[in-house]
Amino acid sequence: MGSRLFPSAWLDSSWRWRSLAVPRDAAAHLAVWGAALVVTGAFTWIVADVVGHGASHLSLEFLTAAPADAGLSGGIAPILVSTVLILCVCMAVAIPLGLGTAVLLAEFSRDANRQGRFVRRSLDVLAGLPSIVFGLFGYAFFCHALGLGFSILSGGLTLACMVLPILIRSVEAALRALPDEIRATGAALGLSKTTLIRSLLLPAASPGIAVGLILGIGRALAETAALLFTSGYVVRMPNSVFDSGRALSVHIYDLAMNVPGGDGMAYASALVLLGLLVMMNALATELVQRWQKRKGLLLV
Amino acid sequence: MSDEPLRPSLERWLPLQQQAECCEPHPLVRAQELSLRYGPTLVFEDVTLDVHEGCITALVGPSGCGKTSFLTCINRLTDLIPGARVSGNLRLDDVDLLDPQIDLIALRRRVGMVFQKPNPFPLSIRRNLCLPLKEHGMRSRIARAEATERALRDVGLWDEVKDRLESPALALSGGQQQRLCIARALVLEPEVLLMDEPCSALDPLASRVVEDLIVGLRGRLTVLIVTHNLAQARRIADWAALFWKQDDAARLIEHGAVQQIFEAPKQELTAAYVQGRSC
Repeated sequence: MGSRLFPSAWLDSSWRWRSLAVPRDAAAHLAVWGAALVVTGAFTWIVADVVGHGASHLSLEFLTAAPADAGLSGGIAPILVSTVLILCVCMAVAIPLGLGTAVLLAEFSRDANRQGRFVRRSLDVLAGLPSIVFGLFGYAFFCHALGLGFSILSGGLTLACMVLPILIRSVEAALRALPDEIRATGAALGLSKTTLIRSLLLPAASPGIAVGLILGIGRALAETAALLFTSGYVVRMPNSVFDSGRALSVHIYDLAMNVPGGDGMAYASALVLLGLLVMMNALATELVQRWQKRKGLLLV
Repeated sequence: MSDEPLRPSLERWLPLQQQAECCEPHPLVRAQELSLRYGPTLVFEDVTLDVHEGCITALVGPSGCGKTSFLTCINRLTDLIPGARVSGNLRLDDVDLLDPQIDLIALRRRVGMVFQKPNPFPLSIRRNLCLPLKEHGMRSRIARAEATERALRDVGLWDEVKDRLESPALALSGGQQQRLCIARALVLEPEVLLMDEPCSALDPLASRVVEDLIVGLRGRLTVLIVTHNLAQARRIADWAALFWKQDDAARLIEHGAVQQIFEAPKQELTAAYVQGRSC
């Protein structure tokens, strides 16, 4: 995005062509563009593949009907509902816990603090833990120890455990990136720490919070392994969060691996999952922007 | 819910007195043998200084000689710096400012601060002023609106921003932002205003506006201003204090009426500094 003073078109024309006159710059240029092209190319390929194979199966009926013949016909309505419910449980738990922990780490325990260091290191380890481990933990803890059984609640809580480390670390980074000036100014005006955090720091860090949310939602929506163990794979419409329910990713896995000839429906489900992810991202960005506008923050 | 302003002291808002003569030398802030350390580093040592009520006192001296640090002792921003240790004696009126039990929120109501770089909160213009008011217990929206308008008028910003109070404060120009920051400090009706080089990030015109504004505060509250601009100190201050780094710690070299400091300095160092000679 070009700034007002230096519109990107101006930068592009002068910078790109002039720099190509120097061989070393030209090589660097090529490398950068090449890398970007490879990444975008791979992404485009995946999307095109999913759309190409899945679009023909997609219809209103697909979204509103229950699956039949082990998923070979019918639709994905109960699965969509389960997925959204799991996501809601996950976010309802992860967002307050995540914000709270991030605030604690960024504002109350600076680097020198031993407990803070311990929490931070644990989170980094947790963030890199394979999801199957979370699945086993969720199965042992939520399904058995807490007696929640195979349920949307167990699945959502397990996902919350998975999402929390990412969410906390990105919110913490966003809070730390804010200039200390805000804190000093707030203190000099006699603002309490609560006001400072609630009215100034969190709104100012909201773009970073949005990034953490989007990463977390992405991880939660994509999760299969952990959900197999916790929310189960029953395809009927859930009555409440205590019912078992099959998530979209589990459905895709099942169709692709266990149902001969299920590829087409798997692709269609993947397309829906992709759409859901894009929608969630847009929603998170939109909500943060609204919040910032309401708080009178400058949007650059 | 009370609709009362923070402190209904009407006399505070009476017409301002502009003459230096109004400054009765009555000490409001008294520092005695004050020293500040950041960990093992001695920032300044043995500062004994009386800041007189209703006057403008300028702290001058080269960079890094503890002027700003001295200011932060008065509103206890030193508490935010890990390892900062203040020793000696520092009082505001009858309050011991070094008492660890002191109510910091109340203290910072009495002692406002304006920083070097304009630093409005990333909020709307109105919320910049309303947030501190709300925090300090002004619950009535009408009272807040009145206080906001009064503070913005005080800094000459009202006519410029009255139609866009809801727009982001960061969209204002540098000079306007700094005046907004002064308004934000004034809206709490402090007794003492600490100003840390408030004009140094501004262009000469904006700087002049802020300077006039500070002069307008004389008699109404006690201003302590750090400045590198000697001409400015001479123009606006009633009292001046020279800080200087000697050996490895900064000290207060001389303190007196601004005229005396500039025209008849007692110390050789002061004479050299105010005349721009190398010392």
